[in-house]
Amino acid sequence: MKITVCIGSSCHLKGSRQVVEKLQKLVDEHNLKDKIILCGTFCMGNCQQGVCCTLDGKPYSLNEDNTEEFFFNEVLPNI
Amino acid sequence: MRKFDTKVQHLKYKVLREVARHAWNDTLLESLSDIPKTIVPGKKSTMRCCVYKERAILSERVKIAMGGDKNNPNVIEVIDIACDECPVGGYSVTEACRGCLAHRCEDVCKRGAITFDEHQKAHIDKSKCVECGACAKVCPYFAIINQKRPCESSCKVKAIKMNEDKAAVIDNEKCISCGACVYQCPFGAITDKSFILDVIDTIKKSEENQKYKVYAIVAPSISSQFTYAKLGNVISGIKKLGFYTVVEVALGADMVAYNEAKELAEKKALTSSCCPAFVSYIRKQFPGLENNISHNLSPMGTIAKYIKTKDPEAKVIFIGPCTAKKMEFQQEEVRPYVDSVLTFEELQALFDSKDIDITALPEDVLDNASYFGRIFARCGGLADAVQEGLKELGEEDFVLKAISCDGIEECRTALLKFSKGVLPENFIEGMACVGGCIGGAGCLTHGEKNKSEVDKYGREAYEKTISDAISQLK
Repeated sequence: MKITVCIGSSCHLKGSRQVVEKLQKLVDEHNLKDKIILCGTFCMGNCQQGVCCTLDGKPYSLNEDNTEEFFFNEVLPNI
Repeated sequence: MRKFDTKVQHLKYKVLREVARHAWNDTLLESLSDIPKTIVPGKKSTMRCCVYKERAILSERVKIAMGGDKNNPNVIEVIDIACDECPVGGYSVTEACRGCLAHRCEDVCKRGAITFDEHQKAHIDKSKCVECGACAKVCPYFAIINQKRPCESSCKVKAIKMNEDKAAVIDNEKCISCGACVYQCPFGAITDKSFILDVIDTIKKSEENQKYKVYAIVAPSISSQFTYAKLGNVISGIKKLGFYTVVEVALGADMVAYNEAKELAEKKALTSSCCPAFVSYIRKQFPGLENNISHNLSPMGTIAKYIKTKDPEAKVIFIGPCTAKKMEFQQEEVRPYVDSVLTFEELQALFDSKDIDITALPEDVLDNASYFGRIFARCGGLADAVQEGLKELGEEDFVLKAISCDGIEECRTALLKFSKGVLPENFIEGMACVGGCIGGAGCLTHGEKNKSEVDKYGREAYEKTISDAISQLK
């Protein structure tokens, strides 16, 4: 499973680093390092919806507060 | 609204703009011969002896805007017919000599080179004169002048000589492509080749970033440029030209600072590798120090490599103040990552070739790097960043003793000492241009406030530490 988080300027200012850090922590806590590839990209062309993120190509809009919810509702059940 | 320092830059810009305008419209080939006349219309000359010479020189400028002489590996080229063959007389006495009684010039001359005629007017005996300039300093009438060629005096690596026709020639064995002569030649006879056509072609063939994405990576010195607009306007302008997105090279600088700090702690003595003209100078003049050059790619290469590992189809165009980058990107180790290089001058020409008024555009954002990555643009910034890198790496036992060399002359002095093993410092930050990148030949303007603009831009970075800026780069 591949999670891509936008680290372009606009998303960066909206807190992409915090989102990435949270996801990293959650992946570590659930020992999913070999199942989830976490990577960055510059701009997904949807800056208004930032922090932009895709899960196996499907787009999501994340922020520091809904990252956990995203992880438990969208990531974990699909592993 | 003043966009350029000099009229030479303005002229070069007009040529680039016209070439670009036709390239966008696919009308370049049939319009080539018309461009000089578009720029110099009418019958009255304003720059040279006649409009025909002006247009002949402009034709040469058009060629250089289109990439220049492919057989010459150097990106810095002389336009022979534009060279005014400036006098090279050295110190001489002018009509302003009043034939005074004091004869301070004679007193101060240790070589006895000053004599006087029957009117008490001074003359310099060229067989004795060593061009020290002492006489010129003491003359109360400033009657002694020094005629030197601006190109030769600007070239601190002594790569410019003159040929039998007295036109300037560049010795490619010595030239480090820093562009000092390009900026200093008052006739615009030395200029940097442009790759704008390659860039336009790359953008057009991307079919609005559908076939592949075109990334612009911009140097942090951009914060001191385009002073007539906000940085956010410039970013919008770059995207409007057809780039997919804009990324800060300063993020590459953050990565370099971190890795350079590591390498320094291991090797104990190092020179920086960010400035391509400085690196080229070491390779040409101090080959014995090659192993002491940091093995990191420059910030440009580093960020481009990162982008291409994420998006292998991407095309990456560097936009900066530097003519030497036009050499660097062609090197084997950089070529796979950086597709082309533009200067700020060329970026301005591209905006206007599409009639983009950036001040009318909304302000976009640019924020990828930390304070430390951003201050690489000015002399001393790199050393500060490496110090921070050592701190963040926990290598605090290693004591950094950095020397920040401002301009290639200072670099030379430090490298000489380093090669003899008598340099007290253990890290040389080398910047070929005085002031650092903000003094680069491809800058639109070179102002006193540029350094403070860069520092201000650095402080505005969202990330305050290098580790935070690079932590999300997985």
